[in-house]
Amino acid sequence: MSILVITGTEVVFWICAVLAILGAIGLISFSKPVYSALCLALVMISLAVIYASLGAPFLMAVQIIVYTGAILMLFLFVIMLVGVDSTDSITETLKGHRVAVGLAGVGVLALLVLGVLQGVVGQGLGVDVTNTAAGGNVQGLAELIFSRYVIAFEATAALLITAAVAAMVLAHPEQIKKKIGQKERAEERLQAFTSSGKHPGPKPNSGVFARHNSIATPALLPDGSVAENSVSEILASRVTIATGEQLWEAHDEVLLALETADGELDEDEDEDLDEADDKEGSDD
Amino acid sequence: MTSLYAVLAVILFTIGLIGFLIRRNALVVFMCVELMLNACNLLFVAFSSHHGVLDGQMAAFFVMVVAAAEVVIGLSIIVMITRTRRSTSVDAENVLKG
Repeated sequence: MSILVITGTEVVFWICAVLAILGAIGLISFSKPVYSALCLALVMISLAVIYASLGAPFLMAVQIIVYTGAILMLFLFVIMLVGVDSTDSITETLKGHRVAVGLAGVGVLALLVLGVLQGVVGQGLGVDVTNTAAGGNVQGLAELIFSRYVIAFEATAALLITAAVAAMVLAHPEQIKKKIGQKERAEERLQAFTSSGKHPGPKPNSGVFARHNSIATPALLPDGSVAENSVSEILASRVTIATGEQLWEAHDEVLLALETADGELDEDEDEDLDEADDKEGSDD
Repeated sequence: MTSLYAVLAVILFTIGLIGFLIRRNALVVFMCVELMLNACNLLFVAFSSHHGVLDGQMAAFFVMVVAAAEVVIGLSIIVMITRTRRSTSVDAENVLKG
Protein backbone atom coordinates (compact mmCIF):
# COMPACT_ATOMS: atom_id res chain seq x y z
CA MET A 1 0.00 0.00 0.00
CA SER A 2 1.46 3.26 -1.04
CA ILE A 3 1.35 6.24 1.25
CA LEU A 4 0.76 9.67 -0.24
CA VAL A 5 3.88 11.68 0.57
CA ILE A 6 4.14 15.29 -0.44
CA THR A 7 7.79 16.24 -0.71
CA GLY A 8 9.19 19.77 -0.41
CA THR A 9 10.12 19.67 -4.09
CA GLU A 10 6.49 19.12 -5.04
CA VAL A 11 5.25 21.98 -2.86
CA VAL A 12 7.85 24.29 -4.40
CA PHE A 13 6.88 23.10 -7.87
CA TRP A 14 3.16 23.76 -7.49
CA ILE A 15 3.63 27.22 -5.94
CA CYS A 16 6.22 28.32 -8.46
CA ALA A 17 4.46 26.76 -11.45
CA VAL A 18 1.29 28.73 -10.70
CA LEU A 19 3.28 31.95 -10.21
CA ALA A 20 5.29 31.37 -13.39
CA ILE A 21 2.22 30.74 -15.53
CA LEU A 22 0.41 33.76 -14.06
CA GLY A 23 3.50 35.88 -14.74
CA ALA A 24 3.74 34.59 -18.30
CA ILE A 25 0.08 35.35 -18.97
CA GLY A 26 0.55 38.82 -17.48
CA LEU A 27 3.60 39.32 -19.69
CA ILE A 28 1.60 38.87 -22.88
CA SER A 29 -1.60 40.62 -21.73
CA PHE A 30 -0.50 43.90 -20.10
CA SER A 31 -0.46 46.72 -22.61
CA LYS A 32 2.27 48.67 -20.80
CA PRO A 33 5.78 47.29 -21.41
CA VAL A 34 6.83 48.09 -17.83
CA TYR A 35 4.19 45.75 -16.39
CA SER A 36 5.25 43.09 -18.87
CA ALA A 37 8.86 43.44 -17.69
CA LEU A 38 7.83 43.07 -14.05
CA CYS A 39 5.77 39.98 -14.91
CA LEU A 40 8.82 38.55 -16.65
CA ALA A 41 10.77 39.16 -13.43
CA LEU A 42 8.14 37.12 -11.55
CA VAL A 43 8.53 34.24 -14.04
CA MET A 44 12.31 34.33 -13.79
CA ILE A 45 12.38 34.35 -10.00
CA SER A 46 9.87 31.47 -9.86
CA LEU A 47 12.09 29.51 -12.24
CA ALA A 48 15.13 30.31 -10.06
CA VAL A 49 13.35 28.76 -7.06
CA ILE A 50 12.46 25.71 -9.15
CA TYR A 51 16.14 25.37 -10.16
CA ALA A 52 17.12 25.41 -6.50
CA SER A 53 14.62 22.64 -5.75
CA LEU A 54 15.98 20.61 -8.70
CA GLY A 55 19.50 20.50 -7.27
CA ALA A 56 20.93 23.35 -9.35
CA PRO A 57 21.89 26.05 -6.82
CA PHE A 58 24.50 27.53 -9.17
CA LEU A 59 21.93 28.03 -11.91
CA MET A 60 19.57 29.57 -9.36
CA ALA A 61 22.19 32.19 -8.52
CA VAL A 62 23.02 32.79 -12.19
CA GLN A 63 19.32 33.03 -13.06
CA ILE A 64 18.78 35.74 -10.46
CA ILE A 65 22.01 37.63 -11.11
CA VAL A 66 22.16 37.43 -14.91
CA TYR A 67 18.49 37.22 -15.92
CA THR A 68 16.65 39.15 -13.24
CA GLY A 69 19.54 41.43 -12.34
CA ALA A 70 21.21 42.23 -15.64
CA ILE A 71 18.96 41.35 -18.58
CA LEU A 72 15.71 42.56 -17.04
CA MET A 73 17.28 45.79 -15.81
CA LEU A 74 18.59 46.34 -19.35
CA PHE A 75 15.01 45.89 -20.58
CA LEU A 76 13.77 48.41 -18.04
CA PHE A 77 16.51 50.86 -19.06
CA VAL A 78 15.45 50.64 -22.69
CA ILE A 79 11.76 50.97 -21.75
CA MET A 80 12.59 54.16 -19.85
CA LEU A 81 14.70 55.33 -22.80
CA VAL A 82 12.00 54.88 -25.45
CA GLY A 83 9.24 56.30 -23.24
CA VAL A 84 7.62 54.59 -20.29
CA ASP A 85 4.13 55.75 -21.26
CA SER A 86 4.09 54.11 -24.68
CA THR A 87 1.30 51.53 -24.79
CA ASP A 88 0.68 48.84 -27.33
CA SER A 89 -2.42 49.29 -29.43
CA ILE A 90 -4.96 46.55 -28.72
CA THR A 91 -6.72 46.66 -32.10
CA GLU A 92 -6.13 43.85 -34.55
CA THR A 93 -4.39 44.91 -37.73
CA LEU A 94 -4.70 41.55 -39.47
CA LYS A 95 -8.14 40.00 -39.74
CA GLY A 96 -8.45 36.74 -37.82
CA HIS A 97 -4.91 37.15 -36.43
CA ARG A 98 -5.82 36.32 -32.83
CA VAL A 99 -7.84 33.26 -33.75
CA ALA A 100 -5.06 31.94 -35.96
CA VAL A 101 -2.50 32.54 -33.22
CA GLY A 102 -4.72 30.79 -30.67
CA LEU A 103 -5.07 27.75 -32.95
CA ALA A 104 -1.33 27.72 -33.61
CA GLY A 105 -0.71 27.93 -29.86
CA VAL A 106 -2.95 24.96 -29.10
CA GLY A 107 -1.32 22.98 -31.90
CA VAL A 108 2.22 23.74 -30.73
CA LEU A 109 1.26 22.97 -27.13
CA ALA A 110 -0.16 19.57 -28.05
CA LEU A 111 2.79 18.79 -30.30
CA LEU A 112 5.38 19.76 -27.70
CA VAL A 113 3.65 17.97 -24.82
CA LEU A 114 3.49 14.77 -26.88
CA GLY A 115 7.03 15.19 -28.14
CA VAL A 116 8.71 16.14 -24.87
CA LEU A 117 6.88 13.54 -22.80
CA GLN A 118 8.33 10.86 -25.12
CA GLY A 119 11.68 11.80 -23.68
CA VAL A 120 10.69 11.13 -20.07
CA VAL A 121 11.78 7.50 -19.82
CA GLY A 122 12.19 5.58 -16.59
CA GLN A 123 12.32 6.78 -13.05
CA GLY A 124 13.86 10.17 -12.26
CA LEU A 125 17.27 9.69 -10.63
CA GLY A 126 17.77 13.15 -9.15
CA VAL A 127 21.03 15.01 -9.47
CA ASP A 128 21.92 14.83 -5.77
CA VAL A 129 24.16 11.76 -6.13
CA THR A 130 26.17 13.43 -8.92
CA ASN A 131 26.47 16.64 -6.91
CA THR A 132 27.73 14.82 -3.83
CA ALA A 133 30.16 12.73 -5.89
CA ALA A 134 31.70 15.91 -7.35
CA GLY A 135 31.86 17.56 -3.92
CA GLY A 136 29.07 20.02 -4.67
CA ASN A 137 27.04 21.42 -7.55
CA VAL A 138 29.47 24.23 -8.35
CA GLN A 139 32.46 21.87 -8.25
CA GLY A 140 30.67 19.42 -10.55
CA LEU A 141 29.86 22.16 -13.08
CA ALA A 142 33.41 23.52 -12.86
CA GLU A 143 34.82 20.08 -13.69
CA LEU A 144 32.58 19.90 -16.76
CA ILE A 145 33.18 23.46 -17.92
CA PHE A 146 36.97 23.12 -17.88
CA SER A 147 37.11 19.65 -19.40
CA ARG A 148 34.34 18.58 -21.77
CA TYR A 149 32.96 22.05 -22.54
CA VAL A 150 36.18 24.06 -22.50
CA ILE A 151 36.00 24.91 -26.24
CA ALA A 152 32.41 26.11 -25.90
CA PHE A 153 33.42 28.11 -22.86
CA GLU A 154 36.21 29.88 -24.77
CA ALA A 155 33.84 30.54 -27.66
CA THR A 156 31.48 32.14 -25.13
CA ALA A 157 34.22 34.58 -24.18
CA ALA A 158 34.62 35.59 -27.83
CA LEU A 159 30.84 35.93 -28.15
CA LEU A 160 30.60 38.24 -25.15
CA ILE A 161 33.39 40.49 -26.39
CA THR A 162 31.81 40.65 -29.85
CA ALA A 163 28.47 41.54 -28.28
CA ALA A 164 30.02 44.31 -26.18
CA VAL A 165 31.78 45.82 -29.21
CA ALA A 166 28.63 45.50 -31.31
CA ALA A 167 26.54 47.24 -28.67
CA MET A 168 29.00 50.14 -28.60
CA VAL A 169 29.00 50.41 -32.41
CA LEU A 170 25.19 50.23 -32.61
CA ALA A 171 24.56 52.66 -29.77
CA HIS A 172 26.63 55.43 -31.37
CA PRO A 173 24.52 57.76 -33.48
CA GLU A 174 25.55 57.89 -37.10
CA GLN A 175 27.60 60.93 -38.17
CA ILE A 176 25.56 62.46 -40.98
CA LYS A 177 27.49 65.69 -41.53
CA LYS A 178 31.25 66.05 -41.73
CA LYS A 179 32.76 66.98 -38.40
CA ILE A 180 33.69 70.68 -38.29
CA GLY A 181 37.18 71.15 -36.90
CA GLN A 182 39.45 74.09 -36.12
CA LYS A 183 40.69 74.36 -39.72
CA GLU A 184 37.16 74.51 -41.19
CA ARG A 185 36.09 77.11 -38.64
CA ALA A 186 39.11 79.34 -39.41
CA GLU A 187 38.42 79.11 -43.16
CA GLU A 188 34.76 79.96 -42.55
CA ARG A 189 35.69 83.07 -40.52
CA LEU A 190 38.11 84.36 -43.16
CA GLN A 191 35.52 83.68 -45.87
CA ALA A 192 33.01 85.79 -43.92
CA PHE A 193 35.65 88.52 -43.50
CA THR A 194 36.42 88.73 -47.22
CA SER A 195 32.77 88.63 -48.29
CA SER A 196 31.02 90.77 -45.66
CA GLY A 197 33.83 92.31 -43.64
CA LYS A 198 32.83 90.50 -40.45
CA HIS A 199 35.55 90.74 -37.79
CA PRO A 200 37.45 87.41 -37.82
CA GLY A 201 38.99 87.79 -34.35
CA PRO A 202 37.46 87.04 -30.96
CA LYS A 203 34.48 88.99 -29.68
CA PRO A 204 35.10 91.77 -27.13
CA ASN A 205 35.15 90.91 -23.43
CA SER A 206 32.32 91.89 -21.16
CA GLY A 207 32.84 95.24 -19.43
CA VAL A 208 34.97 95.51 -16.29
CA PHE A 209 34.21 98.69 -14.35
CA ALA A 210 34.58 99.93 -10.80
CA ARG A 211 31.08 98.84 -9.81
CA HIS A 212 30.21 96.20 -12.39
CA ASN A 213 32.24 93.31 -13.69
CA SER A 214 29.70 90.53 -14.29
CA ILE A 215 29.41 88.86 -17.70
CA ALA A 216 26.06 90.65 -18.07
CA THR A 217 27.85 94.00 -18.13
CA PRO A 218 28.43 95.20 -21.69
CA ALA A 219 31.72 96.72 -22.74
CA LEU A 220 31.70 100.41 -23.75
CA LEU A 221 33.03 101.58 -27.06
CA PRO A 222 35.24 104.72 -27.22
CA ASP A 223 32.21 106.87 -28.12
CA GLY A 224 30.38 105.75 -24.94
CA SER A 225 27.91 103.42 -26.67
CA VAL A 226 27.48 99.74 -25.76
CA ALA A 227 29.38 97.05 -27.71
CA GLU A 228 26.48 94.72 -28.59
CA ASN A 229 28.43 91.51 -29.06
CA SER A 230 30.28 91.79 -25.72
CA VAL A 231 27.30 90.15 -23.97
CA SER A 232 25.95 86.71 -24.84
CA GLU A 233 22.65 86.76 -26.74
CA ILE A 234 21.18 84.22 -24.30
CA LEU A 235 21.98 86.49 -21.34
CA ALA A 236 20.59 89.52 -23.14
CA SER A 237 17.28 87.72 -23.64
CA ARG A 238 16.99 86.75 -19.96
CA VAL A 239 18.29 89.68 -17.88
CA THR A 240 18.19 93.43 -18.42
CA ILE A 241 21.55 94.60 -19.67
CA ALA A 242 22.84 97.92 -18.35
CA THR A 243 22.79 100.78 -20.86
CA GLY A 244 25.79 102.97 -21.61
CA GLU A 245 24.34 105.92 -19.68
CA GLN A 246 23.87 103.84 -16.53
CA LEU A 247 27.46 102.70 -16.69
CA TRP A 248 28.72 106.24 -17.22
CA GLU A 249 26.64 107.48 -14.28
CA ALA A 250 28.12 104.80 -12.04
CA HIS A 251 31.58 105.75 -13.30
CA ASP A 252 31.02 109.42 -12.46
CA GLU A 253 29.69 108.51 -9.01
CA VAL A 254 32.76 106.46 -8.25
CA LEU A 255 35.07 109.27 -9.44
CA LEU A 256 33.24 111.76 -7.26
CA ALA A 257 33.38 109.46 -4.24
CA LEU A 258 37.11 108.93 -4.78
CA GLU A 259 37.77 112.67 -5.02
CA THR A 260 35.88 113.47 -1.81
CA ALA A 261 37.62 110.58 -0.05
CA ASP A 262 40.97 111.87 -1.31
CA GLY A 263 40.42 115.23 0.35
CA GLU A 264 39.72 113.63 3.73
CA LEU A 265 42.91 111.56 3.75
CA ASP A 266 45.78 112.32 6.12
CA GLU A 267 49.01 113.71 4.72
CA ASP A 268 50.95 110.47 5.41
CA GLU A 269 48.55 108.41 3.47
CA ASP A 270 48.59 111.03 0.77
CA GLU A 271 52.34 110.61 0.47
CA ASP A 272 51.98 106.84 0.35
CA LEU A 273 49.46 107.18 -2.41
CA ASP A 274 51.73 109.54 -4.27
CA GLU A 275 54.58 107.04 -4.03
CA ALA A 276 52.30 104.31 -5.29
CA ASP A 277 51.25 106.58 -8.16
CA ASP A 278 54.89 107.24 -8.99
CA LYS A 279 55.60 103.52 -9.11
CA GLU A 280 52.68 102.88 -11.37
CA GLY A 281 53.82 105.72 -13.56
CA SER A 282 57.32 104.30 -13.87
CA ASP A 283 55.86 100.89 -14.80
CA ASP A 284 54.09 102.51 -17.72
CA MET B 1 7.65 14.33 -11.53
CA THR B 2 9.86 15.17 -14.51
CA SER B 3 6.82 15.11 -16.79
CA LEU B 4 5.24 17.86 -14.66
CA TYR B 5 8.30 20.06 -15.16
CA ALA B 6 8.20 19.24 -18.87
CA VAL B 7 4.56 20.26 -19.10
CA LEU B 8 5.26 23.52 -17.21
CA ALA B 9 8.15 24.28 -19.58
CA VAL B 10 5.99 23.55 -22.62
CA ILE B 11 3.17 25.77 -21.30
CA LEU B 12 5.59 28.64 -20.69
CA PHE B 13 7.09 28.14 -24.16
CA THR B 14 3.66 28.22 -25.78
CA ILE B 15 2.64 31.37 -23.90
CA GLY B 16 5.89 32.97 -25.07
CA LEU B 17 5.19 31.90 -28.64
CA ILE B 18 1.63 33.28 -28.54
CA GLY B 19 2.92 36.57 -27.12
CA PHE B 20 5.60 36.68 -29.80
CA LEU B 21 2.94 36.35 -32.51
CA ILE B 22 0.31 38.66 -30.97
CA ARG B 23 2.21 41.58 -29.49
CA ARG B 24 3.48 44.40 -31.67
CA ASN B 25 5.71 46.31 -29.27
CA ALA B 26 9.25 45.21 -30.16
CA LEU B 27 10.29 45.22 -26.49
CA VAL B 28 7.47 42.90 -25.44
CA VAL B 29 8.15 40.65 -28.41
CA PHE B 30 11.74 40.46 -27.23
CA MET B 31 10.62 39.62 -23.68
CA CYS B 32 8.54 36.77 -25.09
CA VAL B 33 11.68 35.39 -26.75
CA GLU B 34 13.36 35.51 -23.34
CA LEU B 35 10.40 33.64 -21.87
CA MET B 36 10.82 30.89 -24.47
CA LEU B 37 14.54 30.65 -23.69
CA ASN B 38 13.71 30.37 -19.99
CA ALA B 39 11.24 27.58 -20.71
CA CYS B 40 13.97 25.70 -22.57
CA ASN B 41 16.32 26.21 -19.62
CA LEU B 42 13.73 24.75 -17.28
CA LEU B 43 13.47 21.68 -19.53
CA PHE B 44 17.27 21.32 -19.57
CA VAL B 45 17.47 21.46 -15.78
CA ALA B 46 14.52 19.10 -15.33
CA PHE B 47 16.05 16.48 -17.62
CA SER B 48 19.44 16.99 -16.00
CA SER B 49 17.79 16.05 -12.73
CA HIS B 50 15.91 13.16 -14.37
CA HIS B 51 19.03 11.55 -15.75
CA GLY B 52 21.26 12.46 -12.82
CA VAL B 53 23.95 14.17 -14.93
CA LEU B 54 25.10 17.78 -14.88
CA ASP B 55 25.33 18.27 -18.66
CA GLY B 56 21.80 19.68 -18.80
CA GLN B 57 22.68 22.35 -16.27
CA MET B 58 25.75 23.16 -18.34
CA ALA B 59 23.56 23.63 -21.42
CA ALA B 60 21.20 25.91 -19.47
CA PHE B 61 24.22 27.93 -18.37
CA PHE B 62 25.37 28.40 -21.97
CA VAL B 63 21.84 29.37 -23.00
CA MET B 64 21.91 32.09 -20.33
CA VAL B 65 25.24 33.47 -21.59
CA VAL B 66 24.06 33.51 -25.20
CA ALA B 67 20.79 35.13 -24.10
CA ALA B 68 22.74 37.89 -22.35
CA ALA B 69 24.73 38.62 -25.52
CA GLU B 70 21.58 38.43 -27.64
CA VAL B 71 19.70 40.88 -25.40
CA VAL B 72 22.54 43.39 -25.61
CA ILE B 73 22.52 43.33 -29.42
CA GLY B 74 18.74 43.16 -29.74
CA LEU B 75 18.08 46.03 -27.41
CA SER B 76 20.66 48.25 -29.08
CA ILE B 77 19.01 47.51 -32.44
CA ILE B 78 15.62 48.43 -30.92
CA VAL B 79 17.08 51.67 -29.55
CA MET B 80 18.55 52.45 -32.96
CA ILE B 81 15.24 51.81 -34.75
CA THR B 82 13.39 53.88 -32.15
CA ARG B 83 15.76 56.77 -32.80
CA THR B 84 15.04 56.82 -36.52
CA ARG B 85 11.38 55.70 -36.59
CA ARG B 86 10.17 57.22 -33.27
CA SER B 87 8.21 54.03 -32.52
CA THR B 88 8.81 50.60 -31.00
CA SER B 89 5.99 48.96 -32.92
CA VAL B 90 7.10 46.13 -35.20
CA ASP B 91 4.46 47.29 -37.71
CA ALA B 92 6.38 50.53 -38.16
CA GLU B 93 9.20 48.71 -39.95
CA ASN B 94 7.18 48.56 -43.18
CA VAL B 95 9.74 50.77 -44.92
CA LEU B 96 11.90 47.66 -45.27
CA LYS B 97 9.53 46.04 -47.77
CA GLY B 98 10.60 46.14 -51.38
